[in-house]
Amino acid sequence: MQGIIIATLVVAVIGLIIGIALVAAGKTFHVETDERVDRVRENLPGNNCGACGYAGCDAVADAIVRGEAPVDACPVNSQEAVKKISTVMGVKSVEIVKKVAFVRCAGDCDSTSEKCNYVGINDCRAAALAGISIWECDYGCYGFGSCVSVCDYDAIHVKNGVAIVDKEKCMGCGKCAAACPRKLIELIPEGKKVAVRCSNHDRGPDVKKVCSAGCIGCKVCMKQCEHEAIQVEGNLAHIDYEKCVGCEKCAEKCVAKIITEL
Amino acid sequence: MSRKTFWGGVHPNDQKEFSRDVPYQVYLPKGEMVFPLNQHIGKPAKPVVQKGDAVLAGQLIAEADGFVSANIVSSCSGTVKDIKPRRTVMGTMALSIIIDNDGQFTPVQGIGAKTDYTTLSGQEILARIKAAGIVGLGGAGFPTHVKLAPKNASEIKYVIANGAECEPYITCDDQLMRTYAEEIVTGLKIMLTLFPKAEGVILIEQNKPEAIEAMQKACSAKANVRVLAVPVKYPQGGERSIISVVAGRELKLGMLPADAGCVVDNVSTVRAVYRAVCESEPLMEKGFTVSGDAVAHPCNLMIRIGTSCRELVEEAAGGIKEGMEAKKVLCGGPMMGIAMAGLDVPVNKSNNALTVLGEDEVELAEPEMTSCLRCGRCNQVCPLGLTPQMMAVAAERKNYERYEKKLYGLECIACGSCTYICPAKRPLMQLFKQTKAEIMAAKRK
Repeated sequence: MQGIIIATLVVAVIGLIIGIALVAAGKTFHVETDERVDRVRENLPGNNCGACGYAGCDAVADAIVRGEAPVDACPVNSQEAVKKISTVMGVKSVEIVKKVAFVRCAGDCDSTSEKCNYVGINDCRAAALAGISIWECDYGCYGFGSCVSVCDYDAIHVKNGVAIVDKEKCMGCGKCAAACPRKLIELIPEGKKVAVRCSNHDRGPDVKKVCSAGCIGCKVCMKQCEHEAIQVEGNLAHIDYEKCVGCEKCAEKCVAKIITEL
Repeated sequence: MSRKTFWGGVHPNDQKEFSRDVPYQVYLPKGEMVFPLNQHIGKPAKPVVQKGDAVLAGQLIAEADGFVSANIVSSCSGTVKDIKPRRTVMGTMALSIIIDNDGQFTPVQGIGAKTDYTTLSGQEILARIKAAGIVGLGGAGFPTHVKLAPKNASEIKYVIANGAECEPYITCDDQLMRTYAEEIVTGLKIMLTLFPKAEGVILIEQNKPEAIEAMQKACSAKANVRVLAVPVKYPQGGERSIISVVAGRELKLGMLPADAGCVVDNVSTVRAVYRAVCESEPLMEKGFTVSGDAVAHPCNLMIRIGTSCRELVEEAAGGIKEGMEAKKVLCGGPMMGIAMAGLDVPVNKSNNALTVLGEDEVELAEPEMTSCLRCGRCNQVCPLGLTPQMMAVAAERKNYERYEKKLYGLECIACGSCTYICPAKRPLMQLFKQTKAEIMAAKRK
């Protein structure tokens, strides 16, 4: 009987000492956390894609709360979530324009041909180091899919030698645009109807020689546009999306058929 | 404190028999001449001529812009056709001065005026080298007047003329040493006047006995200059390998050759220094090899800088051998050279060879790649003592921090020894070049 009492007492005393130590440690080593971080974090997508430039969603949430990053720091966030983050932070909500990636090249295996036989790492950035293009066109898509390998949303794929974005899946994070050594990928505001699928700045006859799907800089689109939204600079059409209303007249008249629907 | 050889390295078939005994022929270009403004390391030069200007051979057409930059002189006479972007041998576009060659090569006044270098001060010598637009002709293209003016000039112990020429196929330096031995030795003596405590060393691989003999003959009467014949091993011509052999010490991370008391220059640069200082001739011509099993007449040429590669292969080297097809053209040799997609590019200051390969050799060199076998041969051959096997793993996983900080991957000189020795035929050098480019790009941001 006595043994049981002693044992119980010993355990109780040890428990008491450890309990006090734990409470003391808890008080001493307490770290002040901003509960806003958790609330901001709840309104981020949680993909940890890194497109914002921070290590992940936790890091960007922390940066938003500390005021280092704007409330719309996450490029793939929805308008609703940004609104909630703004409420948490007590600032005015920002209107965000969702963007989708678009590959400005239509030079697939049918419209252009291989200039040389490339042997080496199957990666656009490695191929770009060799200097000269593998395809006849010096501006076009390599088709090795560096963009595909960085996409976290399975939204870009190489089909017939040229990368194509699936706009339903694209979140507009812009990682593919950063990975492309040719800088072919442009982020276009969602909802816009037309885009130029070529990046070749050479003169028309030179473009014709290397690719059947290239912008020849004929300026027909420029003349069609009633809103001055399309300009031909350096033998290449360029659409100003602030002015474009999506009438698609340029696409209808495009000689080379490279102004296409998104 | 010299050593017999450096650590690591490989023994590729040197293939020099194609052109090694062909003496220099002077080749004067016929077509238009193109001078890219970025033929050197550092800031591109600034053009001083305009479209329509008449220029003479040896006339300054672009001047150095900033400290690390170099002048560019026209190597032909004619009129400036245009100044616009043109493709370079590296495949990139660069602003270039295009000159319509009149075929006369009328020189500017004063070229060939003899000067005794012993009457010149160090500053005057450097000024002449700078005005001549001399850069490292072995491949790096670092401006020579900057290299010859290190902060610790009085501590330099060795001035080394690099005649190793370890790259397969290339023989232009071999012929240069046989033909112009006196000029090279005098060039080295000129450089030695800038470094009071230094000794001149001419480093030659033992597979060039004629060049060694010629240089030894030229050195015999001169004090303070000697020839060092070293065993044949690639990459003996690399700066670090040379310093390891001559000075008996390794360059540590971030160290420059001058920190180890060495100045290393290619023999053709040394000869250019002689021509600039003693003959008042700016950098217009250089030795060049066109070789490979697919050219009709592999040869060593004394060419004008700015000549089109197409002209060199088709006119100077007699075109492609009958019944053969040029499968691959490399600018440089097979170890470090770059495959070219077109011949319509100009030769710049730091190019020294075109290698035209036919079917057989290309197929031998392009077998299928398999997974890493973990055999570790790449670790044994890396002349810098890096671990290419682990670097490749880090590079493939995009673990750039480990690549840079733990494995010192940025020190890679892209000599290609690891790729050469790899039994799994993995494209290691390309992977390292890509990773290095990506890390450097991220750093610049």
